[in-house]
Order: sequence, then C-alpha cells, then structure tokens
Amino acid sequence: MASANRPVERPLSPHLQIFRPIITMVMSILHRVTGMALYIGMALLAWWLAAAAAGPEYYAVVSAFLASWIGRLILFGFTWALLHHLLGGIRHLVWDAGYGFDLPTANAMSWATIIGSAVLTILVWGVGYLVM
Amino acid sequence: MSQQMRTPLGRARGLGSARDGTEHFWRQRVTSVALVPLVVFFLMVVVALTGADHARVAATLSSFWIAIPMMLVVLVAAAHMRLGMQVIVEDYVHAPIPKYLLLMANTAFCALIGLVGVSALLMLMLGGR
Repeated sequence: MASANRPVERPLSPHLQIFRPIITMVMSILHRVTGMALYIGMALLAWWLAAAAAGPEYYAVVSAFLASWIGRLILFGFTWALLHHLLGGIRHLVWDAGYGFDLPTANAMSWATIIGSAVLTILVWGVGYLVM
Repeated sequence: MSQQMRTPLGRARGLGSARDGTEHFWRQRVTSVALVPLVVFFLMVVVALTGADHARVAATLSSFWIAIPMMLVVLVAAAHMRLGMQVIVEDYVHAPIPKYLLLMANTAFCALIGLVGVSALLMLMLGGR
C-alpha cells in the first residue's frame, strides 16, 4: 500500500529554456540579476565612503581607480543596474498594490523599465560629464 | 492511528509554521518604498560629486543634511539587499549546511557594508579628519 509520506507525483514546471522569452519574464530575471550586481556593487560604495573618511591620500587611490576605464565601466554598469532595479521595483510595488496585471499594462510597464533605465543611465552620465 | 488514515491537514498540523508569516515580504516592501526617494537622492549626490577632489567630497558628505540621508541610503540598502539575497539563497541552495553558511555570510556581508558606510559618514560628519 502506498505510504502517505511518499510525495504525490505532480507534473513538473518546465524550465526557463523551454519557454519562449517574453518581456515580463526577461524583466523578472533582470530584476534578480541587477539585484545581485548591486549587492556586490554596494561594497564599492562602502569602499568609496571609507576612502573619503580616510583622507586625501587614500581617496586619491580610490578615485584614480574609479576614474580609470575599468572603473568607469563598473560605475556605468552599477548606474544601469541601480536604475533598472529602481524602475523594476516601482513596477513590482504597482503590482503589489493590486494594479497593472492585465497583459497590455504589464507589458508596457516592462518595456518602460528597460527603455527607461537605458535612457536614465545615459542622462545621469550626461549630467555627470557636464558637471565634471 | 496509521499514517494512511490521516488527512494531509492532519499530518501538517502541529508541525509549526515558519513563524514569521508575511514579515519578510513586508520588510522587503518597506525598505523598497524607502529606497525610491533615497536612491534618487543618492544619484543626485554622486552625480554632483563627479570628478570632485577629496576636499569637496569630504565637505559635501560631512554636511549634516547630506550625511544623514546618506546614512539612511546605506542602512536601508543593507537591510534590503540582505532580504533579497536571502531569498536567492533559499531559492537555489537546498543542502542545509551550505544554505545556512551562505545565509550567515549574507548577514555578515550586509552588516559589514552598513557598518563601514555609516562609520565613514559619521567620521566625516563629526570631523574625524
């Protein structure tokens, strides 16, 4: 006789590769990926703040690294990840509030996340270069 | 009573809940709402400081009305990213020992980020250098 503790054989959900990518799914994955990138990137912020507190000599070292091409590339990626996660987070808050579940709205918000994050990243860097 | 006679609810009853209910979900939402204005503030500060030398960076970060919200940025972000990484670990790591070690490392990392960031800002604000 079947044991009550044996797991019921339920159908398994197909894995990510099986589905054709759709914008809401891609944005969902990007939200997690940008979150993980920001997690690591926060070490950079702590390092920068610590350098500012440590004094001019050490700050110059950190500043030189951040101003190098690799430093700028990391900061550019950090900016985009931050803005993407910010806009994606707002989209999730709208959903949490119970709005925007119909497909046209959900898709529009997803496209707004990716396009908005790209436009805002360029805008932030444009302003940055102007004030520099 | 034999196991077969018990309903699924009967088997689950008494084993206890995770005990924190929607607490994790709620804290993730509270920190995310707080981070919306904080991230905008953070971006304005760092953009304004693009290419600035140490004297200007230190002067800006040590001003009270910059330092206080910057500390909030660091603290709320540290809390938010701890909750987020916790979910990622729980989603993908199922073996108990690696899972709990990673969860501990997550807490340690986020606490370190928060402590370093806030200490640096306090030093600047209180004029340590």
